[in-house]
Amino acid sequence: MKSPWLIIFTLLTTSLAFNTSYAETQDEDLKKYRTFFLNKFSNLKLEDFKDGVYALDSIARESWIEIEEFPPYEIYIEEGEELFNKAFSNGKTFADCFPNKGIGIADQYPYWNNERKEVITLPLAVNECHEKNNGKKLKYGKGKLASIVSYMVSTTRGKKTNIIIPSDSDAVAAYEKGKQFFFARRGQLNFSCAHCHMAYSGSHIRTEVLGPTLGQTTGFPVYRSKWGNMGTLHRRFSGCNKQVRAKPFKLQSEEYRNLEYFITHMSNGITINGPSARR
Amino acid sequence: MPAEKRPLILQMITTIGIVNMLAMPLISHADGHSASIQPGMKIAFDKKKGNCLACHKIEGGVTLADIGPELNNMKQRFPDKSLIRKRIWDETKFNAETAMPPFGRHKILTESEIDKVVEFVWSL
Repeated sequence: MKSPWLIIFTLLTTSLAFNTSYAETQDEDLKKYRTFFLNKFSNLKLEDFKDGVYALDSIARESWIEIEEFPPYEIYIEEGEELFNKAFSNGKTFADCFPNKGIGIADQYPYWNNERKEVITLPLAVNECHEKNNGKKLKYGKGKLASIVSYMVSTTRGKKTNIIIPSDSDAVAAYEKGKQFFFARRGQLNFSCAHCHMAYSGSHIRTEVLGPTLGQTTGFPVYRSKWGNMGTLHRRFSGCNKQVRAKPFKLQSEEYRNLEYFITHMSNGITINGPSARR
Repeated sequence: MPAEKRPLILQMITTIGIVNMLAMPLISHADGHSASIQPGMKIAFDKKKGNCLACHKIEGGVTLADIGPELNNMKQRFPDKSLIRKRIWDETKFNAETAMPPFGRHKILTESEIDKVVEFVWSL
């Protein structure tokens, strides 16, 4: 039997070899990663991965479903809605910064901004809107920004992830940087993202089941019991980096935005069901 | 002869004898090994040190871990104890794709801590 790592390295090297044809590369990536996870968890369908680790662990799933009946993130959505609709001193609101007044658009993030030549995530766009109208920046990991993003994602529930990588060499380079980040070992403990969330997804680390990357972005932001409040995807990235004893990057750094671009693209076709609750 | 009719001193000697017979092998086993394996076990189970239970099942540790293989029958699997040390030091030399942290190369544990962990692991 081939080891999961052999498969991953084959995936990585073959996808790099295809680099000349950009759109083809990402389509190939998507097929390969999906196939990897669907083979690994042969009892699951693509859509099942939206529930993250709770798609794999039936015992944890039961308690998760109970928690979701009285969701701990509900008050954050409410707070986010209030903040979203509250006018800035200039009379404008967040709705003025976004297409469709910011409702049901979270599926379009992150996206490649060709003028700025960088990946724009939803939290970044929200904060830039806030700064433009209010003059101040919000913190990226938790608090008001996490609540506003939670509300915006909640209005997008039911739509499918659909990240487009344009056939632009810079956009593809950002995607490829995200991919490299994902597969690179880092930190004193020498783990890559792919070790835990691809090769060993579904295995137990002590008593916890490791969640698969496929479908991992659809539930964010998350109310994490360990945190006791709402947190963004980049807050989780930072936590993961600390756990492998690597120096975390700044939230919304280019590195984390590229990583978000890569892993969200991997979940294309999977329904957005965030915000959600995690242990 | 019913036990209650036996002189008290005889009863006591018998009881002590039985307790000793039961306990002695356990005590001597522990005595024979504790000095060499206890420090290593402590390091191996410490979440901030070896944290071996994150990935391996080990007798005496509470875990469901199934990332690495269960650590048992180590003397049969590794007749050469020094090989265990080399693999704890840097498993990537043996398996380039491994998830196992290079405890020596990345200075996660000190030389002497690794020596102690090797003693413990080899006893499993």
